[in-house]
Amino acid sequence: MQFLVNTNYDFMGKRNIALAVSAIATLIAIGSLIAHGGPKYSVDFTGGSFVEVRFDRPVDTADLRAAMTGIGLGGTEIQKVGTESDYIFRMPEAEVTAKTRELLQGEIANPYGLIEHAVKKQLPEVRSELRRQETVGPKIGSELRDRATKAVLVALVLMLVYIALRFPGLSFAVCAVIALFHDVILTIGVLSVLGKEVSLTVLAALLTIAGYSINDTIVVYDRIREELKAHRREPLDQVINRAVNLTLSRTMLTGLTTILSLIALLIFGGTVIHDFAFTLLIGVLWGTYSSVFVASALVVTWEKWRATREAGQQGRRRERQAARPA
Amino acid sequence: MGATTRWKLILVIAVFAIGAYYLWPTYNYYFRMTPEQQLAAKDMRGKIIHLGLDLLGGMHVVLEADLTEVPKDQAADALDRVVEILRNRVDQFGVAEPVIQKQGADRIVVDLAGVQDEAAVRNLIGSTARLEFRIVVPPAVANNVVTRLDRELALRGAGIDSADMRPFSGKFGVFYNAQYGVPTGAFVRDSDVPAVTGLLAQAKEAGIQMPEAEPLWELEPRTIANTPGRILQFVNRNVELSGDLVTNAERRFDLDYERPNAAGVSMTFSNRGATRFAQVTKANVGNHLAIVLDGVVRSSPVIRERIPGGRASITGSFSDQEALVLATVLRAGALPVNVKIAEERTVGPSLGRDSVHSSLVAAAWAAVATTLFMIFWYKGSGVLAVVAMVLQIFLLLAGLAALRGTLTVPGIAGIILTIGMAVDANVLIYERIREEIRNHKTVRAAIDSGYKRAVITIVDSNLTTLIAALVLFQYGTGPIKGFAVTLSIGLFANMLTAVLFTRMVFDLITSRRRLETLSI
Repeated sequence: MQFLVNTNYDFMGKRNIALAVSAIATLIAIGSLIAHGGPKYSVDFTGGSFVEVRFDRPVDTADLRAAMTGIGLGGTEIQKVGTESDYIFRMPEAEVTAKTRELLQGEIANPYGLIEHAVKKQLPEVRSELRRQETVGPKIGSELRDRATKAVLVALVLMLVYIALRFPGLSFAVCAVIALFHDVILTIGVLSVLGKEVSLTVLAALLTIAGYSINDTIVVYDRIREELKAHRREPLDQVINRAVNLTLSRTMLTGLTTILSLIALLIFGGTVIHDFAFTLLIGVLWGTYSSVFVASALVVTWEKWRATREAGQQGRRRERQAARPA
Repeated sequence: MGATTRWKLILVIAVFAIGAYYLWPTYNYYFRMTPEQQLAAKDMRGKIIHLGLDLLGGMHVVLEADLTEVPKDQAADALDRVVEILRNRVDQFGVAEPVIQKQGADRIVVDLAGVQDEAAVRNLIGSTARLEFRIVVPPAVANNVVTRLDRELALRGAGIDSADMRPFSGKFGVFYNAQYGVPTGAFVRDSDVPAVTGLLAQAKEAGIQMPEAEPLWELEPRTIANTPGRILQFVNRNVELSGDLVTNAERRFDLDYERPNAAGVSMTFSNRGATRFAQVTKANVGNHLAIVLDGVVRSSPVIRERIPGGRASITGSFSDQEALVLATVLRAGALPVNVKIAEERTVGPSLGRDSVHSSLVAAAWAAVATTLFMIFWYKGSGVLAVVAMVLQIFLLLAGLAALRGTLTVPGIAGIILTIGMAVDANVLIYERIREEIRNHKTVRAAIDSGYKRAVITIVDSNLTTLIAALVLFQYGTGPIKGFAVTLSIGLFANMLTAVLFTRMVFDLITSRRRLETLSI
């Protein structure tokens, strides 16, 4: 079984369309982020409590909201998850501490205890069970955010250095990192448009996407490097176009098998892994798209632009050589 | 068989033998032992893959010690002491395999697997357990304090209004009357509790001096005249006796005559404590003795006579579990400094079970889908890629066992991702071989150049992913670290199985006979 063999699609000729699509998508992503005041951070980064509770019978979200308002925690975000009667509660940390002291006579913040207390008052017949609870103090939250930012920056710089060492000229390294930013920003954009939050797990997924994106880009770049050596006299855009076509079957096959695995994770993986798998799925879709349409197209655009600029200064004769990366 | 192929074969067999050696105890532990045998096999603990708290169910708590009042040179000591006391408490409470360790200058990480009652554990590790015996001041003194508080706060424009229950003239609005069975202290309606708490905080902030008594809440709620509320006790600032003189504490069910079978805690004092207790009780016959734990009055019985035996007990509205926790913390002693829960991650047992189940199901489906896809696409060579994939998972788990790693939900995600990368490596190689065959190369030559060229790409891509994984390991915390570990091990295993192992099999096949066509 084979497909996409000996293709000769003119990806580079249509590169401006692809770049325009990416530019518009990026604008939408950034627009959504601005409109929502940045990514929606989870309690991991903001501090607060996240509680997942299973009730022994179907309950109404409105009743739960009334129950929480009844004990003075109206600011609690409530969301149904999964197929059973599972609910997620998100509460600000300071209020949990104050309410625990007041209602449960406890000195140590007890978010699940508060939910139990509220539900018992509003819906006396309903029994609940704690599935998971995460409480993060504001100090740890900001620390986790700092560490995460550091991790992302260090990873990016190291990958940039690696590519700059392995591939000719600066254009490849810079374009690979632009493609990577493209994939990550657009994935965050999709999360933002869908109102999903960025937690530590989602952050791990985003970093994985960065790795995947670089990986995909490198496969194409490797082929470009090889083709450049074999066909020294051909114009750059033709060489790159052939390289993209030659790797097309691999790009699609790998994308497909990865997506199959991720769909399995998404359907069967349970709530803990759901956000992780979802983020990866979106990222892999963008990553596959960008390795065909963005990463290589950018190199062509970059080198053409450099060629025309230098041609203006040094005459037409040197244009062909200038169109090759050093 | 050429010499290189023979060496490769020996290398591969050796690697898998070592892998099997490391993986055997884990297999034995989880698949061949009964739960009782597992508990007994303590010596195996260091050799097996442990399941993370997110799979087993359990609590991960980060405590932050308040070291502001400890001199700098004693801070490390104080933190060590906290760890020791916490370990004592947890051990005595009976949690299996607790992990308690320092993190940084003022933090302690506590990992407890398989915890059933998270609220009890939170009290067990989060309470300072500073126990004090103090005398409740006579009503007249309390009255003075309240009146003065009232006046001071009224001057500042603060106060609450509860017209129907106002024995005092001012705005403080607390109800105080012995005839309703409240011998000491002030009764505050539930609806007024937040306001009174706020006023007390304000008074403290404003620096209003109350040298003769300190207002402290009683733990147990009361209902008086059909009104639910709580008691605010006024106790002497002088601490008569403290918890460090308690030598033993146990939960008992026979301490309260009025409530038989109710749980309580019975304490035994040291000799010095017993003498002191006898003196204090002798000097305060007729007064109430407040038993104060971490700033909350647990009970305030009246002292009827001198108590010489060196024993005391705390009763009240305890659940059985709460009494057990209290007895445990009293036995293990008070923490030298206050601690605060800075981070808590709890996974209930049912979610842990579900996670194990759903990760296994997801992994199985991912494996089935990938297997079918690869065999459909690459036929015979596809089968080889699937064998390589199985060996890769085997090596990955062996590596995890050798490094004494812990398997978490993100860790499983990492495994699934490396499986994807293993498949990608084979796709890269096979597509390249096909391309070479299309260019009319012989099978042997196509395999040769296919591997030669694809391996460059595979090394490049695995290395960049490894960079990301190592950075995640360095800067990541808890769940992210688990992901980085399996991803890194998986990438190494990948190079062995997807590249070296499959190449060796191809070499073995082509060295025996000349192939005209390849099943790819």
